[in-house]
Amino acid sequence: MNTHFDYILRLGDNALILAQRLGEWCGHGPVLEQDIALTNISLDLLGQARMLFTYAGELEGRGRTEDQLAYFRDAHEFRNVLLVEQPNTDWAYTIARQFFFDTYNYYHYQALLKSRDERLAAIAEKSLKEVTYHLRFSSEWVLRLGDGTETSHQKMQAAIDDLWMYTGELTTPNATDLAVAADGTGVDLLKIKPLWDAKVADVLQEATLQIPTAGWMQSGGKDGRHTEQLGFILAEMQHLQRTYPGLEW
Amino acid sequence: MKDWPLWEVFIRSKQGLSHKHVGSLHAADAQMAIENARDVYCRRNEGISIWVVESKYMHASTEDAEAFFDPANDKIYRHPTFYDLPDEVKHM
Repeated sequence: MNTHFDYILRLGDNALILAQRLGEWCGHGPVLEQDIALTNISLDLLGQARMLFTYAGELEGRGRTEDQLAYFRDAHEFRNVLLVEQPNTDWAYTIARQFFFDTYNYYHYQALLKSRDERLAAIAEKSLKEVTYHLRFSSEWVLRLGDGTETSHQKMQAAIDDLWMYTGELTTPNATDLAVAADGTGVDLLKIKPLWDAKVADVLQEATLQIPTAGWMQSGGKDGRHTEQLGFILAEMQHLQRTYPGLEW
Repeated sequence: MKDWPLWEVFIRSKQGLSHKHVGSLHAADAQMAIENARDVYCRRNEGISIWVVESKYMHASTEDAEAFFDPANDKIYRHPTFYDLPDEVKHM
């Protein structure tokens, strides 16, 4: 498969699946203000996914639109990392997932500004402004909960510990990553890893949380091997277009 | 989160204008209040600057409006329209 297409599709899938997860909070946030904050982030990510899918579809040259890429692929064709498909569970899990991903997303887009692919660099520039705020939001909540009450500290630590095994994939290159890093269109993840490690260590330390000791890291999402979670997400997200293909508002 | 205090939000839409009251929201502290205000009240490019004040620090006039403000009503000389301007005065 064309690695350039595969790479851009994955960036879009990461954004789309996380947007869908955050959208589940709509109407269920702990308070109205945070409900809106999370759905704002969700819509930012959805906007990024749309730009990336549109571009991926053009590169592929088979006439697939952003909607066709989002609604008419099955789980094994999705390239998102496993982290973003993990369930919301509670506020602490949602924040931990967001913080881990935002940190990666921030450094990744920052590096992508220098992509040889000008279209991709432009998408990175627009997205980086949004992601900078996402990272500020999720870091702030990790600090509040970690350095909050005894209960909030416990819940935040549990979420950090449970989701830790999905973080390795963010900065571990697969064949696609190696190819796009080599030709200068993508990002060298090995350069992102120390930045991710340092930022996460900084925030967790300030939040009085323990950094989990490295253990077994899950992987496979980038190559289409997903957890059982993704099927349920797609069932809900794709239901309408699968039932009534081409349906519009 | 039910015990989060209420905050009043003021937003300046552009340079040169003053901050205007836009509403209120709940937040645990000032920083969260500003971030919440950004998400709740600045979704459509409404502002370039946000002020938040905990609602309990706001003080409002409580007097009967008619009695309190009435004395201003008959002081028509406080309005610029009270004065006849000579034709020679320009740019008014």
